[in-house]
Amino acid sequence: MSTMTDPPSESFRLSQLINDTRYRSYTFQFIALIALVALIAFLGANLISNLAAAGLNISYEFLGEPAGYDINQRLIEYNSQSSHWRAAVVGVLNTLLVAVVGCFLATVIGVAVGVLRLSNNWLIRKIMAVYVEIFRNVPVLIWILIIMAVFIAILPQPRDFRGEDAEASMLLGSFAFTGRGFYFPKPVMGPGSGIVVAVFLASIAGIFYLRSYAKKALFDRGQMIPTLWPSVGLFFVPVILAFFVMGQPITLEYPELKGFNFKGGIFARNSLIALTFALAIYTAAFIAENVRAGILAVSKGQTEAAASLGLRPGRIMNLVVLPQALRVIIPPLISQYLNLTKNSSLAIAVGYMDLTGTLGGITLNQTGRAIECVLLLMLFYLTISLSISAIMNVYNNAVKLKER
Amino acid sequence: MKKTVLLGAMTIAGLAAGAASAATMDDVKARGKLNCGVTTGLVGFAAPDANGEWDGFDVGVCRAVAAAVLGDPSAVEFVPTTGKTRFTALASGEIDMLARNTTWTFSRDVDLKFEFVGINYYDGQGFMVPKELGVSSAKELDGATVCIQTGTTTELNLADFFRANNISYEPVPIETNAEAQPLYLEGACDVYTTDASGLAATRAAFENPGDHVVLPEIISKEPLGPLVRHGDNEWGDVVRWTLNALIAAEELGVTSANIAELAAGTNNPEINRLLGTEGNLGEMLGLNADWAKMAIMAGGNYGELFETNIGENTPIGLSRGLNAQWTDGGLLYSPPFR
Ligand SMILES: N[C@@H](CCC(=O)N[C@@H](CS)C(=O)NCC(=O)O)C(=O)O
Repeated sequence: MSTMTDPPSESFRLSQLINDTRYRSYTFQFIALIALVALIAFLGANLISNLAAAGLNISYEFLGEPAGYDINQRLIEYNSQSSHWRAAVVGVLNTLLVAVVGCFLATVIGVAVGVLRLSNNWLIRKIMAVYVEIFRNVPVLIWILIIMAVFIAILPQPRDFRGEDAEASMLLGSFAFTGRGFYFPKPVMGPGSGIVVAVFLASIAGIFYLRSYAKKALFDRGQMIPTLWPSVGLFFVPVILAFFVMGQPITLEYPELKGFNFKGGIFARNSLIALTFALAIYTAAFIAENVRAGILAVSKGQTEAAASLGLRPGRIMNLVVLPQALRVIIPPLISQYLNLTKNSSLAIAVGYMDLTGTLGGITLNQTGRAIECVLLLMLFYLTISLSISAIMNVYNNAVKLKER
Repeated sequence: MKKTVLLGAMTIAGLAAGAASAATMDDVKARGKLNCGVTTGLVGFAAPDANGEWDGFDVGVCRAVAAAVLGDPSAVEFVPTTGKTRFTALASGEIDMLARNTTWTFSRDVDLKFEFVGINYYDGQGFMVPKELGVSSAKELDGATVCIQTGTTTELNLADFFRANNISYEPVPIETNAEAQPLYLEGACDVYTTDASGLAATRAAFENPGDHVVLPEIISKEPLGPLVRHGDNEWGDVVRWTLNALIAAEELGVTSANIAELAAGTNNPEINRLLGTEGNLGEMLGLNADWAKMAIMAGGNYGELFETNIGENTPIGLSRGLNAQWTDGGLLYSPPFR
């Protein structure tokens, strides 16, 4: 007797959506999607109906109104008659300033600490470990407040510079370190200074060219071309020559105590310094760990092989270990940059007017347009963060292992 | 209006959720507690004392309302708010009323949709500087570094004042009065500016108040008063008339000392109506007949509140000035209880 099993019927039954592994995951994803859309629609509708019930509406017209408040640090022209939108832009630029300088400092400190944590010197190794543990384990807001408080308490205030027997004096007559910030001489560009700057930029390009040429010579022909002293020479000699040939067109404007504050020169505000420094050393502790992990991920055989070829330890690190370690270091480094940028929104704790301080702070408060401001704030931060990721991903693609 | 538990967690959506909820009085009665927004700490106006009990002139208004509505001046949950958080707290329904040296302005009333129920302190913005700077007028402040609380009328007035006088300054924004003090005392700012009453209160808390001077210029009008949300007029009436009751009580000579005696009945009909022995004013408000009596007994009438918290015999030492009764040449003038 022969029983015939039916050929698997291709007809589709609804129960397959749940029971058949081919469809099941789609079913659940689809349900989740519907639920999500419904939730968002519900929240949106609720928001709108509640706003309407409260007699409010969503409108961005306030962005064109005069802001009415002053901002101490502005990288672009701004006064209290400027619009709220301009105040927001001032805030964005202040956020970017902290983010860029902070990321740069954090990278420099982080790489140095990460490498030194693997040093053969017991003391240095331990000091670096202590640094990392202390900074990683205390919230960054506390570091910001501590550094600002120390700053204000330790450094003299401008009024201490006043009078015959003043308690404080300027360094070399041109630098003033006060509790309100640091004042430096500012270069003033006279006629002809453009040429000096052009010469300087040309020498920088020259240095880069020299270095890449030397590297190529090393890789192609095994020839070592010295780069250190020629670079130093290229950096200083042409620009100094140009400076004197053009008749010293660049002069310095020195800060001077006038009235309540120093006037003239470049002013780095205490809040900017404290915030940037705190964010940098905090984030550097994390970066140091990434760097250490990256270095440890390069197999010991590489170091030994390089050593047996006769490379000096410094060269081994720079030419063999770090380039390979970078592949491991870059992806978490991107996260650290993003963290630093977002943590910069703690700026208001020290009165630094970043985006959260202007748009998300005073503007929001004075106009009462909370929802509009918060949405715009999210949009700004999202854009900044995605841009950082995009730039870093390009770099990551450039250094990652190329499979040939 | 849709009500949802889920929404409570959503900050943005939630922001507006409670906004229009009417019947604040029912909520307060059901809760058995009044949620009252105050400062984070300004001695004399609102600050916790050594035992953690809130105390002060603004706190007195909260307690009077709690006494009028719930019959118990201690049935108050004090919610500290900063200049920045206060309006969100009120709009979202986190607090039932705000009594936090808040200036009555057009945009706060009309655009932010709050209802100022009256004025409990007529103030103006002033400047405080260390004596050693030798400044005698605010017009000499060119180039000075100024500490200001953000989210206040103060920062807007300041921008206008310096602009109008064509002098420059460097603003240092800070969030609370407590943060401003060390900055000012350590010299990180040359000047501290806020409402003159706030300056007096801040200075009184200094170790050497005599080392600091308040400059003669008053650069703005700052009518400070309690406020509630727009749209709930019954609740607005309760807070408004509680404040008026305190002011009227002083005018009529009703004090916490003689109120028990007067509540037995007097031959002044207005006092009788106020204290509920005549007429039915309490009922009209939806309160007990003795609502005003309870409010006055909570901390005394307006004058008593002023004297015990910020008056001339306190470290803050404010004189009545504009805040005297109209009968004494001041601006306090309660509409009649009739
Ligand atoms: N009246 C102004 C300013 C109110 C204000 O912020 N006052 C300060 C000092 S008078 C204060 O209450 N600070 C206490 C705190 O920081 O919580 C306004 O309504 O905007």
